[in-house]
Amino acid sequence: MLRAVDMLAAIRGSPSLPPSLAPTGPGPARRAARMPRHGASCLENNVYSIRSQTWPPFDELKGEPLSSSDNHQEIPVVGRSVVTLDDLSTGQIRELLHKAEYIDAHRREVAHACDGRVIATLFYEPSTRTRLSFETAMLRLGGQVIGFAGSQLASVTKGESIADTLKTVSNYVDVVAIRHPKEGAALVAAEASSVPVINAGDGGHMHPTQTLADLSTIQARFGRVTGLTVGLCGDLTFGRTVHSLIETLCRFGDVRFVLVSPDELKCPQYVIDRIEATPSCSYVECRDLASVIGDLDVLYMTRVQKERFFNEDDYLRLRDTYILDESKLAAAKRDMAVLHPLPRVNEIAVEVDDDPRAAYFEQVKRGMLMRMALESSVIGDRLPGYEPLGAVDTLIDTDPASKEVQA
Amino acid sequence: MEVTSVQNGIIIDHVPAGTALKVLEYLKIDPARTKLALIMNTDSRTYGTKDIIKIEGTVDVDLDVLGFVARTATVGIVRDGVIVEKRSPRLPEHVVDVITCRNPRCVTTVERGIRQRFHLAHSERQEYRCDYCDEEAKL
Repeated sequence: MLRAVDMLAAIRGSPSLPPSLAPTGPGPARRAARMPRHGASCLENNVYSIRSQTWPPFDELKGEPLSSSDNHQEIPVVGRSVVTLDDLSTGQIRELLHKAEYIDAHRREVAHACDGRVIATLFYEPSTRTRLSFETAMLRLGGQVIGFAGSQLASVTKGESIADTLKTVSNYVDVVAIRHPKEGAALVAAEASSVPVINAGDGGHMHPTQTLADLSTIQARFGRVTGLTVGLCGDLTFGRTVHSLIETLCRFGDVRFVLVSPDELKCPQYVIDRIEATPSCSYVECRDLASVIGDLDVLYMTRVQKERFFNEDDYLRLRDTYILDESKLAAAKRDMAVLHPLPRVNEIAVEVDDDPRAAYFEQVKRGMLMRMALESSVIGDRLPGYEPLGAVDTLIDTDPASKEVQA
Repeated sequence: MEVTSVQNGIIIDHVPAGTALKVLEYLKIDPARTKLALIMNTDSRTYGTKDIIKIEGTVDVDLDVLGFVARTATVGIVRDGVIVEKRSPRLPEHVVDVITCRNPRCVTTVERGIRQRFHLAHSERQEYRCDYCDEEAKL
């Protein structure tokens, strides 16, 4: 707070922006970089104080794009929450992909990697795949599971806040997976929790482990996540998985996006900005799937989600805009991969399930493997026999403090 | 239009026309308890029209909030009737508890005791987004 009488001295004494707070990268990344998930809050550290004029001149910020570069520091994942994929560097995502491959090939060896660990799955809204995937992941690593499925079973019905629930539950467990209908709930949970929190979906906002499943599936099919033409079809407005996948692929670079949607469900501008800010990526927007399907390496289908609409008439009108069937697939490449975050309604005909290009059930398995990789990494448990991509496991071994957490 | 000069205080100039009262509200300056003069919708060579706020005496002014709600504003520091310093507020990287998130699906609408935090998402568009749900801020 500046008082008029003090203002001169305050302005003259205005410090320059500390290097650690220099604005770099996309908004969420900048935000994430300043948000310790545990320990002292940002507010205690005065990071969010707006009382002091410590920011650089506007001209220095002017025109700053949503950077496509990966400016994330290699902070070990152990002990950290994963609210968005901006919490992970691309190197760490590659390490997770590598770790998931190892887990798939060495199920027996990793079956006791998390012995004695407990995960809490706090699901405030219905979920089948995601909750079971998180729970199975921990069980397959030798850990145990507690939690609830549906807010009617939780103290939320008595009026308990998310923060209070996490302050309580984090005393019981080693890691928390939370799904909540409100956007940003996972960040609230992560800031309140004393153990890592993994966002299992917060409304229409973020669903990072779904994106990890998507990346893992693409990696498994093509051996890479770059140099591809990726089509995204359907609800590109409310589809959180679509936004997250685009933004994450932009971080890896060298992807051509084909955005197929009706005008009412086009990709939001901030996602387009992210593509445009990535020199190695490009995009086209169109309405007709059949006209572009032959160009695609990956086709990511989405469901028009009823729960995202306030107006049912709009939902009914847009629900059946795109239906993928064998006749449309006939024009696609023979090795194209069809992905879908599931559940589907009718946007992919059942007949497509038997087509070798259908990858959406494989995607479910990849999701579980990635959650196994992520859960063991944030807890800090090593996988027996695992050889990291680099000289050391950047997920858990680079910080001496991580050893304390492991202990 | 002539208004008695400020002797010791501040002059907030180039406030977007018609928004001076709103700016005072965001700055948490109570016009009922502060010695001030408002000049609204006066001529501006740069912007066509503008508002001016003149405040006599000691008053708390949060320059970051001013930069957030009135990007074009300038602040003149007045001592003994003379403007001795003039500064332009900058776009703050974060704003806390200045506005509330308009997204009905945002967790801030249901979670008790939560602070309304926004971050600068795009400086050229002066675009701020909610820390929690990434909804664009609207004044």
